[in-house]
Amino acid sequence: MNVLNFIEAFFSDSAQWKGYDGIPQRVWEHIQYSAAALAIAAAIGLPIGLITGHTGRGGNAMAFVAASARALPTFGLLVLMFVWLGLSVLPVMIPLVVLAIPPILITTYEAVRTVDPSPVDAARGMGMSQSQILFQVEVPAALPLIFSGLRSAAIQIVSTATIAAYVSLGGVGRYIVDGLYQRDYEKVVGGATLTAALALLVLVLFWAAGRTAVSPGVRRRGTA
Amino acid sequence: MIAIEEVSKRYADGTVAVDRLSLEIPNHSITVLVGPSGCGKTTTLRMINRMIEPSSGTIRVNGEDVQRQPVNALRRSMGYVIQNAGLFQHRTIIDNIATVPRLLGWSKQRARARAAELMERVGLDKDMARRYPYQLSGGQQQRVGVARALAADPPILLMDEPFSAVDPVVRRGLQEELLRIQGELGKAIVFVTHDMDEAITIGDRIAVLRKGGRLAQFAAPDELLSSPADEFVEEFLGGDRGIRGLSFLSTGDLELDRSRVFPIDADRQRIAQATSAQPADAQPVLVTDIDGKPIGWTDPAAWNGDAGTLTPYGQSFEIGRDSLRIALDRAVLSTTGHAVAVDGSGRVLGIAGQETISAAIRAARRQHAAGSAASGQGKDSPQDPPPVKATR
Repeated sequence: MNVLNFIEAFFSDSAQWKGYDGIPQRVWEHIQYSAAALAIAAAIGLPIGLITGHTGRGGNAMAFVAASARALPTFGLLVLMFVWLGLSVLPVMIPLVVLAIPPILITTYEAVRTVDPSPVDAARGMGMSQSQILFQVEVPAALPLIFSGLRSAAIQIVSTATIAAYVSLGGVGRYIVDGLYQRDYEKVVGGATLTAALALLVLVLFWAAGRTAVSPGVRRRGTA
Repeated sequence: MIAIEEVSKRYADGTVAVDRLSLEIPNHSITVLVGPSGCGKTTTLRMINRMIEPSSGTIRVNGEDVQRQPVNALRRSMGYVIQNAGLFQHRTIIDNIATVPRLLGWSKQRARARAAELMERVGLDKDMARRYPYQLSGGQQQRVGVARALAADPPILLMDEPFSAVDPVVRRGLQEELLRIQGELGKAIVFVTHDMDEAITIGDRIAVLRKGGRLAQFAAPDELLSSPADEFVEEFLGGDRGIRGLSFLSTGDLELDRSRVFPIDADRQRIAQATSAQPADAQPVLVTDIDGKPIGWTDPAAWNGDAGTLTPYGQSFEIGRDSLRIALDRAVLSTTGHAVAVDGSGRVLGIAGQETISAAIRAARRQHAAGSAASGQGKDSPQDPPPVKATR
């Protein structure tokens, strides 16, 4: 039996496509957790990254926050939160958000801080206010990098959201956890394949977002 | 008028960038701040639009203290051009130029119409409007930078080493363009450069600053070249200031020799007759075509009417338009030691030897000295019309 056989067997079983624990339902749960975690992490990371990047202050504090957040073991945090808060969506959200903030925060900070200083100088000299400089000059130029921070955060969230299954909250991690428990490797491989497919979907979405949101004048020089 | 009064800038670490500088920058003229690096010229410029706040002293624009004006409104009322242009990469050329009008609340349509007008004024092609900055050359980007600064028609233009990053040929083109635009618009331009040649080319008045931000001399270019205030200014002007000063002397009064210019169909006898009165050491004559345009030099004794035997005359100069510097240059480069003077349509008016040009230089210098002594204080008055500046 090789992996491809597992995949074929998993996805051709019509029973997998129906019901409260069918593939569509699990994928939908997974997308919901991931999107919510990304939205919360972005709501925290983006403003702080934009402001610190614009003022150029707080670089050290940022590095400290990022390093300590990265040092937290996601799985350990999940178990801790589960024990502390009980069965709800919160114990899943907190570790995912903590995981996603550093890439968003650090990349946004760096992206804005390293924008070419001469257009910024010109903007000041033309009488733009601080917020006009940030949103009309710095952000459009930094957008490719900001997107890349969001993208790596999103991919980490999607891959890590499988842990929700450990606290019986569904998602495609359900297949991996159950499969391992039941020694049903068809399920394990199927769950892993779905995770990988979702990660690829994230890549495609961010590529499309980059095409539409980043100016052609900047895109040529950036990486989005 | 911009009045800089006893302005100093000291930093917390004790460095003095500008030291009790006083300058009056008149309207309708280009004032150049020039000096070595660390002389505070950029700091001075940036204090005018409060990009840097002075430690002491006042700067007044048309009598009003800039410190008392809201900073962003103040900046919007002055054009600002920097090195490398500082264009917004994410905006098209037309939207870059429309920036300040948009900040002032103009509608998008009106701002773009104005921007299109400005593109034409600075010599940019219409179909560049929809392009992005990266698609333009350095020189073109700098033109966009100038257009953007002019978009809201500010009376004052601040230019911080705007042409330093482009190659010499493009730089000359941009300088000529700036002088042309200034001829049409008559702004108060403050222009910072470290390049004395650039200062002399474009400045109506030049402020030479020395290290530590003190004023060494503030004068018109020709005055600077003919009488530098001290050794520092003299050294900064370079070794050939005498020759460069000739750029400001007109060829209008040059005495031309018309007796040795002949059309190609002229009779050989006539040429011989006409030149016989002159010293016998076979001075060359200039042969022109039947329209009076120069072809080349010949020895009158050897002339046989064959254009192929003529010695090339090199380059001519245009009477009135070119300076004595150009005339002297042409004479020095000429194989015969004579420069060919032409009118606006390229017809020969006569020839001038190095001796004649030297005499003209001495005469012009005498006249100039007498003239500046006579006009005295009136020269500095801001009501004076802008001096006409030759571009060559």
